[in-house]
Amino acid sequence: MKELIVILMGAVLVNNYVLSQFLGICPFLGVSKKVDQAVGMGIAVTFVMLVASAVTWPIQRFLLDRFELGYLQTIVFILVIAALVQFTEIVLKKYLPALHKSLGIYLPLITTNCAVLGVTINNISDGYNFIESLVSSLGCGLGFLLAMILFSGVRGRMEGNESAVPASFRGLPITLTAAAIVSLSFLGFGGVIENLFG
Amino acid sequence: MKQSKWGILLRGILKENPVLVLVLGTCPTLATTRFIVNALGMGVATMAVLICSNVAISLLRNVIPDKVRIPAYIVLIAGFVTIVQLLMQAFVQSLYEALGVYLSLIVVNCIILGRAEMFASKNKPGDAALDGVGMGLGFICALLAMSLIREVFGAGSFCGIEIPFLANYKIGILQQAPGGFFVFGSLIAIVAKCTKGKAPRRHSFSCEGCPSAAVCTGHTCTAQATPDKEVKPS
Repeated sequence: MKELIVILMGAVLVNNYVLSQFLGICPFLGVSKKVDQAVGMGIAVTFVMLVASAVTWPIQRFLLDRFELGYLQTIVFILVIAALVQFTEIVLKKYLPALHKSLGIYLPLITTNCAVLGVTINNISDGYNFIESLVSSLGCGLGFLLAMILFSGVRGRMEGNESAVPASFRGLPITLTAAAIVSLSFLGFGGVIENLFG
Repeated sequence: MKQSKWGILLRGILKENPVLVLVLGTCPTLATTRFIVNALGMGVATMAVLICSNVAISLLRNVIPDKVRIPAYIVLIAGFVTIVQLLMQAFVQSLYEALGVYLSLIVVNCIILGRAEMFASKNKPGDAALDGVGMGLGFICALLAMSLIREVFGAGSFCGIEIPFLANYKIGILQQAPGGFFVFGSLIAIVAKCTKGKAPRRHSFSCEGCPSAAVCTGHTCTAQATPDKEVKPS
């Protein structure tokens, strides 16, 4: 149990996928203008990460490893993720139309989100077992959600104050500088896990 | 649309630089630029995949049905990425380990899928190869500029060789995540300043710069499009 909490907390705070590993930067910068969109995207990514790890782990273990096809990992995983995203969208549309209405628009964006492919590959290379990889993907998804919410809040404060920014820095550069400051705050979590559970 | 060969080759380097002007492929730009050697390795690997996939997609542009083109492109790209991975594992083991998961993530690099969708699927193989070389060089230049700043000032070294004076006055934060974001933002600002009025300026993220520009044609990112309007990825 303790290991699982360490994995979860580590993925959310210390090794935050967006702010310290630079995975999933595109949606982080693109869909973080408003808090509700950021939440929608974050939840959709968390959901897809969980399902993707639950599917890719058995594939790696019982198919690729058994028949020594490890080199096909990249191709198989990206195909599985693309198919899963599509499948999730169809299922949501049929059985949970309300959820589809709020999350559906984010789903096509997730196929090429590097955080999802990254988490499935990292789970395998870190040697996690099935439960651990599920927990780790939940942590990464929650970390993504947290980063999105925090950053959309910061961006909300910047809206309307653009005139205070030098002309060349308007738009993306100042957004990235703000991201740097948010990321700086996450540096403070380094060592938290060691102190709490070490 | 007629373009000169030089135009296709050169526009990727500054005017339509994939990283600093179009702002595609941000993840590898931020993640692999702590050291110059890693950045160069990542740039060359991406460029190789980009040229191969551009040529292959251009050759197959009349064969692949429009409806399944995105999955078909992704499989093609993933194939080339696997080849590059195996080659790097065989010949430059240390670089392969340093780049780690980011090597696999070339598959979802938006530059490659973006060029496949925007250029290679509409042009002849020769032009597509030139476009791949130009965009690849632009990507390498941007990565080198980032890593030069981050390694020289952040670690006080150049390609692993210590610089006498700077090594005593390292700005350590440049080596860490916040420094990456900051250097990237500053570089975009500098390019915007230098190319003022000439380059297509992107004020914020539009659908063009989104990783899934190829997958979604609607304004999905602004959450205004109706779900029916979207092009389904598979």
